[in-house]
Amino acid sequence: MAAKAEIAGQAAKTPTDIEHEELISGSEAIAHAVSLADVDVITAYPIRPYDTVMQYVAKMIANGDFDCEFIVAESEHSQFEIVKHASAVGARVFCGSSGVGWMYAFEALTVTPALRIPMVAMVGNRALDDPGAFGVEHNDALAVRDLGWMLIWVDNAQEALDTALIAYRVAENRKVFLPCAICTDGAFLTHSQYSVKVPSKAQVDRFLPPYKRDDLLLHPDNPITIAPQVNEDWVMEIRKQNDEAMKRAKGVIAEAYREFKEVFGRDYTNSMFIEEYMTDDAEIVLLGMGTISMPARVTVRKLREQGKKIGFVRLKWLRPFPTEELRKSLARFKAVGVIDRDYSFGSPSDGGVVFNEVRAALYPLAKRPLMSGFIAGLGGREVTIENITQMVEMLEKSVQIGKAEPETHWIGVRE
Amino acid sequence: MPEPITKDEVAEVRETLQKFVPIKGVRQVPLEEFFTSGHRTCQGCESSVIMKLMVKAAGARTIVLGSTGCMYVANTTYYSTSWVTPWMHTQLGSAGSAAMGTAAGLKALMRKGKIKKEPINVIAFCGDGGGADMGLSAISAALTHRDYNLLILLYDNESYANTDIQVSSLSPWGACTSFSPSGKAKRIMHNRWKKNVVGMLAAGHTECKYLATGNASDAIDLMNKVRKALSIGGPTFIHTLDPCTKGWDYDPMFSHELGKLAIETGIWVQYEVENHKLRMNGISKNIAEGRTPRKPVKEYLLKQGRFNHFIDEDFAYFQKKVDEQWEQWWLPGVIPFAKETEAVKK
Ligand SMILES: Cc1ncc(C[n+]2csc(CCOP(=O)(O)OP(=O)(O)O)c2C)c(N)n1
Ligand code: SF4
Ligand SMILES: [Mg+2]
Repeated sequence: MAAKAEIAGQAAKTPTDIEHEELISGSEAIAHAVSLADVDVITAYPIRPYDTVMQYVAKMIANGDFDCEFIVAESEHSQFEIVKHASAVGARVFCGSSGVGWMYAFEALTVTPALRIPMVAMVGNRALDDPGAFGVEHNDALAVRDLGWMLIWVDNAQEALDTALIAYRVAENRKVFLPCAICTDGAFLTHSQYSVKVPSKAQVDRFLPPYKRDDLLLHPDNPITIAPQVNEDWVMEIRKQNDEAMKRAKGVIAEAYREFKEVFGRDYTNSMFIEEYMTDDAEIVLLGMGTISMPARVTVRKLREQGKKIGFVRLKWLRPFPTEELRKSLARFKAVGVIDRDYSFGSPSDGGVVFNEVRAALYPLAKRPLMSGFIAGLGGREVTIENITQMVEMLEKSVQIGKAEPETHWIGVRE
Repeated sequence: MPEPITKDEVAEVRETLQKFVPIKGVRQVPLEEFFTSGHRTCQGCESSVIMKLMVKAAGARTIVLGSTGCMYVANTTYYSTSWVTPWMHTQLGSAGSAAMGTAAGLKALMRKGKIKKEPINVIAFCGDGGGADMGLSAISAALTHRDYNLLILLYDNESYANTDIQVSSLSPWGACTSFSPSGKAKRIMHNRWKKNVVGMLAAGHTECKYLATGNASDAIDLMNKVRKALSIGGPTFIHTLDPCTKGWDYDPMFSHELGKLAIETGIWVQYEVENHKLRMNGISKNIAEGRTPRKPVKEYLLKQGRFNHFIDEDFAYFQKKVDEQWEQWWLPGVIPFAKETEAVKK
């Protein structure tokens, strides 16, 4: 870790007024974005693997390269409550956690979207206790999927940095005013280095307007009461407003990607919510979130060499869920296999969360692909080319018999 | 390249403090109310009087954060909030975090020139359940951050009142609550002694410049304590004892008398710790200096339905514990241990 901290020290000395390229990890990329976004209040609490982002942030502050209130809270619950309140008085905030740390904050995670508080958080996805495991699993971030958090999974450090900037722009847009979590697979992204283009401060200032709460600002000049007791009289109307905000988020995200291309030159406009890989003539595709894309793409290339028409779809935004985009994309294929790095015990077909969500989204289609769910890579276990090849073979068999079989399969488990 | 931060951040927050203007008598009490009509607390609710005095003393340039409990649920009904100052709900265990987040947000925005630099008071309140049980860790953390100006006020009605009067760690020994009823097999269900909150926090948070106890029966004293807390700099803490008609079971007209009796019996001690110096206040000062004898605790206990089941040995035990606090504690009523040599003498 000492070596990493040293790298952060060097990076912090790099001038921020010109765009430049650096070899940095996913965590460090997000730390750069946070500093470029001139965040006002940050709270930290140690838990692997997300906490590397806070180590980089701390180093920048210590070196005098970044000015913000940096609070090391006494728990994750306080960590998230502190930034929630800082955001209410108009401060741009950053926070994050992993695994059981994220779960410890759960009450705060619940009220933040309910209060329409814009916040950007980094989740370094990690298996929940018990038993202890440092590796990636998505159940931590997935736990908030019904509450009004925007959730995006990224798969490389450049995307992590870019998405953090986009997240501020979307979360702080008055049409949205919801928190956004950037989900990064523990170790595979948080601790892996990539060559990343770090934008200039001037570019970021052009892209990111200041955070304004206007009539929602908690300040003596605007004496409002926030979150009064409403009971059954009003709670449904307020929930509906959150529903509308989440629906509007899709348009705001799309607009942000278009503007992002203009300012930074990197173009995500063809892969805003989902990203397709070698799907043009594909008959069978796999779908997954986060860094599972790496072994999936390698496997797709290998199988294509054997003449198999295979592709991969990466689901980026889980909330707001790209229902239309997925319907349009997946209806073309004979079979779709969803790789879940999570579990949902006792769920429909005993499947993973993403599998069941995607399958539900396709239900109204007249022509639906056969669908199987694969639970794989839990606790950070590597998902190998062999594992993915096995998934493809199962899907091929389903196509042959005209029935998804099995509906859910655990891949790579020792019997 | 941003300028390196070399400024003394503690000095920086001193710039945004209000000045201490003492209230020297009833005639100097400001007329403006910042906690007004619209609330639905019980008749005789002393906690709501604390709210009124607290924000009256603090004034208009104040942000109040309130954790879940009676003072949230009964005071901020949608469309009829009783708060004239900006007010925001915070979670049951979050008074410390709410105060810190608000103060940190204001501080960052003022330093960066994003909002006007001016004194804005930050007060977070919590009940005994929210503060002394669930939120203790966050309050403890807040009291170590000397670079944030904030006040945490714990209004203590001695139970989880809002959820139907359940025992908390600040409920008095033996009290009947809905989680500690008196029954045939167990006369006394609640057998824990009340936590000594200010003593504990004062001893353990050496950067905290002001901590005090208060009571609505001494309103001027309380308002001055709020003003001191908001002008001394850094995090501060006040703990008030508030008779609660519903939980304590007495006629609402006796709320003030009961609060005063708690002090006269020595059960509740009025004091402040300012810049690490302890000062007893009012009746407690007279008791501490031997000018006024303590009244028997029985006088106080007998007036409340929650102690109806007490028999002689319970009164005796309660009296013994209160006597100990005055006669054997190193700092009577404040610090609950004695030096070994002195303890042996007794
Ligand atoms: C995390 C959490 N647990 C439980 C509750 C239920 N609850 C609401 S108000 C309350 C009582 C709080 O007691 P206290 O802090 O003493 O305030 P009081 O109601 O006595 O004014 C409780 C337990 C809650 N709101 N949040
Ligand atoms: S139950 Fe007690 S604290 Fe709550 S409103 Fe009634 S008197 Fe006040
Ligand atoms: Mg209470």
